[in-house]
Amino acid sequence: MHPLRRQRLQIVILIIFAGACASALIIYALGQNANFFYTPTQIEEGQAPKGTLIRAGGMVVEGSVKRDDISLAVEFSVTDGAAILRVRHIGILPDLFAEGEAAIAAGRIDDNNILQATEVLAKHDEKYTPPEVADSMNATYQSRQEAKAELK
Amino acid sequence: MSPELGHLAVIAALCLSFFQAVIPMVGSFVGHRSWMRLGHSLALGQFVFLGLAFVCLISVFIQDDFSVAYVANNSNTLLPLHYKVSAVWGAHEGSLLLWTLILAGWSGAIALFSGHMPQTFSARVLSILGFISLGFLLFLLFTSNPFERLLPVSPIEGRDLNPLLQDFGLIVHPPMLYMGYVGSSVPFAFAIAALIGGQFDSAWARWSRPWINTSWVFLTLGISLGSWWAYYELGWGGWWFWDPVENASFMPWLMSTALVHSVAATEKRGVFRSWTLLLAILSFSLSLLGAFLVRSGILTSVHSFANDPERGIFILWFLVIVVGASLLLFAIRSPQMANSTTHRGWSRETILLVNNVLLVTSTATIFIGTLYPLFSDVFQLGKISVGAPYFNFFFVPLMIILMLALGFAGFTRWGSTDVNLLLRRGLFPGLLSFFIALLVPALLTDSSSGSSYSFTAGITLFVSAWVLFMTIEDIYLKSRGSWINAKRFTCSYWGMVIAHIGLAACALGVGMSSSYDEQRDLRMMPGDAVKISDYEFRFGGVNRVDNANFVAFRGEVSVTDKTGMTINLFPEKRNYKAGGQVMTEAAIDASLARDLYVSLGEPLQGEAWAVRLQIKPLVRFIWLGSVLIGFGGLLAAFDKRYRRRKKLLDGQSNRGGLAFE
Repeated sequence: MHPLRRQRLQIVILIIFAGACASALIIYALGQNANFFYTPTQIEEGQAPKGTLIRAGGMVVEGSVKRDDISLAVEFSVTDGAAILRVRHIGILPDLFAEGEAAIAAGRIDDNNILQATEVLAKHDEKYTPPEVADSMNATYQSRQEAKAELK
Repeated sequence: MSPELGHLAVIAALCLSFFQAVIPMVGSFVGHRSWMRLGHSLALGQFVFLGLAFVCLISVFIQDDFSVAYVANNSNTLLPLHYKVSAVWGAHEGSLLLWTLILAGWSGAIALFSGHMPQTFSARVLSILGFISLGFLLFLLFTSNPFERLLPVSPIEGRDLNPLLQDFGLIVHPPMLYMGYVGSSVPFAFAIAALIGGQFDSAWARWSRPWINTSWVFLTLGISLGSWWAYYELGWGGWWFWDPVENASFMPWLMSTALVHSVAATEKRGVFRSWTLLLAILSFSLSLLGAFLVRSGILTSVHSFANDPERGIFILWFLVIVVGASLLLFAIRSPQMANSTTHRGWSRETILLVNNVLLVTSTATIFIGTLYPLFSDVFQLGKISVGAPYFNFFFVPLMIILMLALGFAGFTRWGSTDVNLLLRRGLFPGLLSFFIALLVPALLTDSSSGSSYSFTAGITLFVSAWVLFMTIEDIYLKSRGSWINAKRFTCSYWGMVIAHIGLAACALGVGMSSSYDEQRDLRMMPGDAVKISDYEFRFGGVNRVDNANFVAFRGEVSVTDKTGMTINLFPEKRNYKAGGQVMTEAAIDASLARDLYVSLGEPLQGEAWAVRLQIKPLVRFIWLGSVLIGFGGLLAAFDKRYRRRKKLLDGQSNRGGLAFE
């Protein structure tokens, strides 16, 4: 083979090899660090994997927020309108966390189907609802409308 | 001044931008000199009209004219005057007006300072900027008009400006960031003009380099201001979250950083020509992508503006047209450009190539991590979010390699460099950095509290010290140890040196504050005290303080250090009257060595509060380093040779460059 061609071939092979390595690494890292969002309904149905880091959210149920007397442990429930998910967290809750408002928690589902949250996020201004929560509420609403329509 | 006047001024600017896009371009092809010259006055005229519109919007805010929808949504009579002014760019519509004004400002600056470029070239640059401006003004007028009235029924009182934005950081961060974002359209316009004309050589690089540097400096400062704002204003002590919107500004920054370096090689040696053009196109495309991500509302983020699908679609089309057309032009033209010189083995070109490969690779990984959730949502693969560990997994190692390579930057020569020389130069600084990396974390290891040697800190110290020592050695050898010689160094050499030391400082701040950061979330009763490393924090309780537009719950925390010195900190929890928003106002005792960061969580039973106490060593170095990087970039942009060439206009290859090459 012509030396110039051979050199070019080497470069091409090198690029392909580096590209393949990079893609493999990216796919691996994304797989490790991409957290799926589940609605309370999906978790109740057992669709969410136990023990892996996930995100879940909904509207915080009125009267469900309970603070521990001596530590920063807190427990509350979120709902998408159909199912209720219990969330436990130790730490400070965000400023706009409130009953009747949307919240998202990141954590792991334990054996009792309780989300042990490492992080709780609330919306950042009063006009805003996280799209995931809005979608899940809409889905519940729509399925109810369809159910009503079928009854008629 | 009335909102209608502002509206008319925007329409006038739109007309001018249309002519600016068309007339100089046509003139440059038919060789009509007065048509080409027209671009300059049109650009300045556009700036005047948009300035007028901007002043109108400010005056509408100051007058509390709530019949204007944008004012009603983002202001309030209780708002202090300076926040009424900064509220102008506090939400989508007004910030877009600021964006177009800044774009017109850049075009105007080109019109004024392009006397040394050939007329056909500057006419084409202005025409492309006119086209970009046309796109944004159409966007402004048809989807996001800030002057829209709420008639006949207008509210008596406005909704408030988001309290997070009632802050000094918001007054300066967006204008600075936009200067950088929009500034990337200038290198883009230079690149497209070069592709159209087919003239792309060292002279091109020399004209565009000051502009590339300046816009990059603004982007650097804008991003670091944003990070500083997040640090003190969000109230929890984080300074970078790999939030999609942060990534949206960071990707163009990384690309521009690559561009700043590759254009240096193009200017000096005529190499990497098409690569430099491609980087200019990509940085601007990423800026546009950033605008799309932030303004379409498809992202969940602190920064996202209220969403409107129509806006997203408009920018998406604009993005497709701009990126598609420029890449097509690039594909047609770039094969005609051959590199004029060659370089072998270890040379400055190789080091710059390494820099570019690393920066572009990190941009690519951030790009994938940022867009993958959108992609997954659109194709119904599930709603996911990509966390910070993904980004750190790639970014941190790539930057470590980058800094290791950077150490050699000063010692390499264009063309080729003796590897043994590089190894000799690196030996002493390498050993010294190694000892520091070994020793300092070992001394900071406190065996009583069970902490062990921190490898993160070790690696950070090694790369930062390495860059610092190599740079100092370079200065020492080039000046032969004499200050008189050092005074003869060019501005661009000093710029490079300062920016590189800035990077070392920034990396030091990032690495040390993440390894030795102490954070406790506690439930505290008045009188409770807790000891964290060398500091004792005593909680004094909380009392209520009334302000003009908010009620604050003000906590008192006194911190005593080893020497017995006591600092009182007053963190607040604020309830804003108008919007009913709650906000955490952290109390920070800042110093170069460490920040003490105290924030109030929520009230618990009785008088107890949830409190977050943090000690952040060397965290200030992050922003100090960024300022140095920006200052270095500015020095390089104002190097004498760019001004001298204006007079000579000889187009010869430049010999007055870096000292001692």
